[in-house]
Amino acid sequence: MPTDQLHVGIEVDGAGAHPAAWRIDPDAARDALGGAGIRRAVAAAENGGATFVTIDDSLTPPATGPATRLDAVVRAAFVAPTTSRLGLVPLVHPATVEPFHLASQLGGLDHATAGRAGWLVGAGPVPGARRALDRPVAEGADLLAETADVIEVVRALWDSWEDDAVIRDTATGRYIDRDRLHAVDFVSGGTGATAGPALRTVPDGVRAPFSVKGPSIVPRSPQGHAVVFAREGTVPAGAADVVLVGFNADRPTAAPDVTGAATVLDLPVTLDTPAATAAQRRADLDGLASDGAGAGFVGSAGDLVELLRGLRGVVTGVRILPSVLWTDLPIVVRDVLPALRVDRAVPIPRPGATLRDTLGLGRPANLFAASGSTR
Amino acid sequence: MTDRQYDFPRPDAQVHFGVFFQGVNHHTIWSDPASGSQLDFETFRQVIQTAERGLFDAFFLGEGLRLRESHGRIHDLDVVGRPDAITQLAALAAVTSRIGLVATQNVTYNDPADLARRLASLDALSGGRAAWNIVTTDNAWTGANFRRGGWLDHEQRYERAAEFVQTAQAVWDGGPQGPADRPEAVRVSGSTLDVSVVPTTPRSPQQHPVLFQAGDSPAGRDFAARYAEVIFSAHGSDLDDALAFAQDIRTRTIAAGRPADDLKILPGTGFVIGDTPKEAEEKARWVKEQQVTPATALSLLGQVWGEDLSTYDPDGPLPAHDPVIDTIGETRGSPRRRQAAGDIARQWRARAEAEHLSIRQLVIAEDRSRGFVGTPAAVAERLIEFVRSGATDGCNISPWIVPSGLDDIVDKVVPELQSRGAYRTEYTGTTLREHLGLRPPVTRRDAGEPAAAVVAR
Repeated sequence: MPTDQLHVGIEVDGAGAHPAAWRIDPDAARDALGGAGIRRAVAAAENGGATFVTIDDSLTPPATGPATRLDAVVRAAFVAPTTSRLGLVPLVHPATVEPFHLASQLGGLDHATAGRAGWLVGAGPVPGARRALDRPVAEGADLLAETADVIEVVRALWDSWEDDAVIRDTATGRYIDRDRLHAVDFVSGGTGATAGPALRTVPDGVRAPFSVKGPSIVPRSPQGHAVVFAREGTVPAGAADVVLVGFNADRPTAAPDVTGAATVLDLPVTLDTPAATAAQRRADLDGLASDGAGAGFVGSAGDLVELLRGLRGVVTGVRILPSVLWTDLPIVVRDVLPALRVDRAVPIPRPGATLRDTLGLGRPANLFAASGSTR
Repeated sequence: MTDRQYDFPRPDAQVHFGVFFQGVNHHTIWSDPASGSQLDFETFRQVIQTAERGLFDAFFLGEGLRLRESHGRIHDLDVVGRPDAITQLAALAAVTSRIGLVATQNVTYNDPADLARRLASLDALSGGRAAWNIVTTDNAWTGANFRRGGWLDHEQRYERAAEFVQTAQAVWDGGPQGPADRPEAVRVSGSTLDVSVVPTTPRSPQQHPVLFQAGDSPAGRDFAARYAEVIFSAHGSDLDDALAFAQDIRTRTIAAGRPADDLKILPGTGFVIGDTPKEAEEKARWVKEQQVTPATALSLLGQVWGEDLSTYDPDGPLPAHDPVIDTIGETRGSPRRRQAAGDIARQWRARAEAEHLSIRQLVIAEDRSRGFVGTPAAVAERLIEFVRSGATDGCNISPWIVPSGLDDIVDKVVPELQSRGAYRTEYTGTTLREHLGLRPPVTRRDAGEPAAAVVAR
């Protein structure tokens, strides 16, 4: 699936991807509490020619990093009308949001963006979620199974309306053809009977099955399905449209061992500035808080351009995780992306194109439609 | 109406408008060529920007968590399929600057920690314009879409609502003051929940999102009197009925320990405006006929009879037999739900016989006309009478067509109200709470900060 062009995504949450970023740039952390921060970040990403942005999130505060954060889907929706080419990919954790609501929210985001929505599937334990949600929250192997089930039912809900379900037939007075709407009748895996009303009292560590009737309350969206992004190893093969793979500093341009999906390399980035070298900046950040994600790329804008050129044909794209958003993002936009555009190493998304169009992903066939894809 | 003007108990009261977009009932006309997409963002953008041009307090989205059914099949005659409310309002926040954004959200099938956070996020991004229309559901039919299923007893629905609201308020009050502030967990425990969560969303510019509520049962009214700040009532067309409702609500509000005017009353209302009284009446008749199509007439009849009557002749007589059900069901969201079907059927048959009405004529005649019909000046006078007599604080307008349905109100009725000194000529505040003239929320009114741990009352 990789081509001779490289898609560039940018993570835009808060003050930056490094857990100490908010201490380096408290103004950005404060801007992130209202609409100004996210609006400025996506404008920079879109104007710089990025294909998509991701928006990190967690129901509960992370162990390190700032204590404040707005819901990622709500933030993505807020910047939908002020962007026109950029894919908007909020993180939503499959174990902490009702699957039915999750399908509605991301389906709604796809409508509000005219087909530029993605879903970054949250992974790993969410500390404190069990007590916050007043029910068991899957962890470990159960979480992997739960994630697979949630993706499956969410995709089914996205298909529960065929594209042409709204017929507005004045002759018969029918707004919809109800035969083009479908119950999903999904039952997840798990142990024992469906918990239902007893869910609150299911012991921790037991994964009780859940069921979803359907259809969705939101009609099928412009892309059919929002583009599903997931980190390698957190979902079964084939469940995601885009698999995020980790950066290996020893073999930076090695092809990932992923089949059947577009691949995007997760690349933490710390760049040289006139005031300090990237290595100094990185050391300062790590001195304030340790980052479990690994250093990623630490160096000059020119070296980053060379690395990205070398990744063409190796991966579908990269996701740049700027250590400090308003230090690294402006350099990426001013010094890195233009150099890649000049020799057509990165695509320029067209206004009005869907994220699937831009990424070269097909529009999914409808699970329920008799004739398969309706396009 | 002028003879009452001098003894208005609230001679300076102002009319407040909200817009309710979009009922999934037959009142929304989708068949007309002027009816736009019910889903495209552009339709929503046009309606909300028209409302903001008209200096409305709020834009209001409905939400139901399962598609309505008739006789076990998805109901296919009315508008159905809406965007997710909070998601859509967040997008609309970006194309507006003052108007309030009201999301209908269910307390039975949401998690308080998650919903409080999403509402607070909308509030933060919109600069203090968010509101929550609190709805309860108990039926297992809706629960089939959710992990817990039909878990809540009917009698417990307002207990759940109270505990949920207290949890949300605790989350909003306990939010961090800034990125460096790491608050303690707030904990609320009660009979329907036991939640402990560290809030991540900042304190709201309007302290809390504004709370709307629409329940009309005695328990629903008591809940509103205790917690709500705006009541979205069904009592807005008949003045005596509206006054009686307002009096009842004020009595309950005072009994709950709040000033009577803590709770604003905005009934859901439709408007038909004409340049002459005759034109308005003719347009109102046309609207009714568009709303009650032959198929819709048979469907509404079948809802009372409890069976599929779609093969009947809509221009013929009512069924001679009695309904097959005792009470009207839940799955259509009918205003008559839980009422005795036999009583309604007898009334309808008696009226049809006395007035020689066909099925469709009878259904049109019985269709509750919620709203105002007339010239801009006459409608403005009537609205002022409602508001200044203390019956309402304005209304939540349900346009019968979108996106153009607010144009006459904004372009014609609002200026008539303004020229009578009964409607704002500019926004004087930035938050929804300021537009509505609301005090700080009850839980924030004491000098002290609330305790981190709350036992739901």
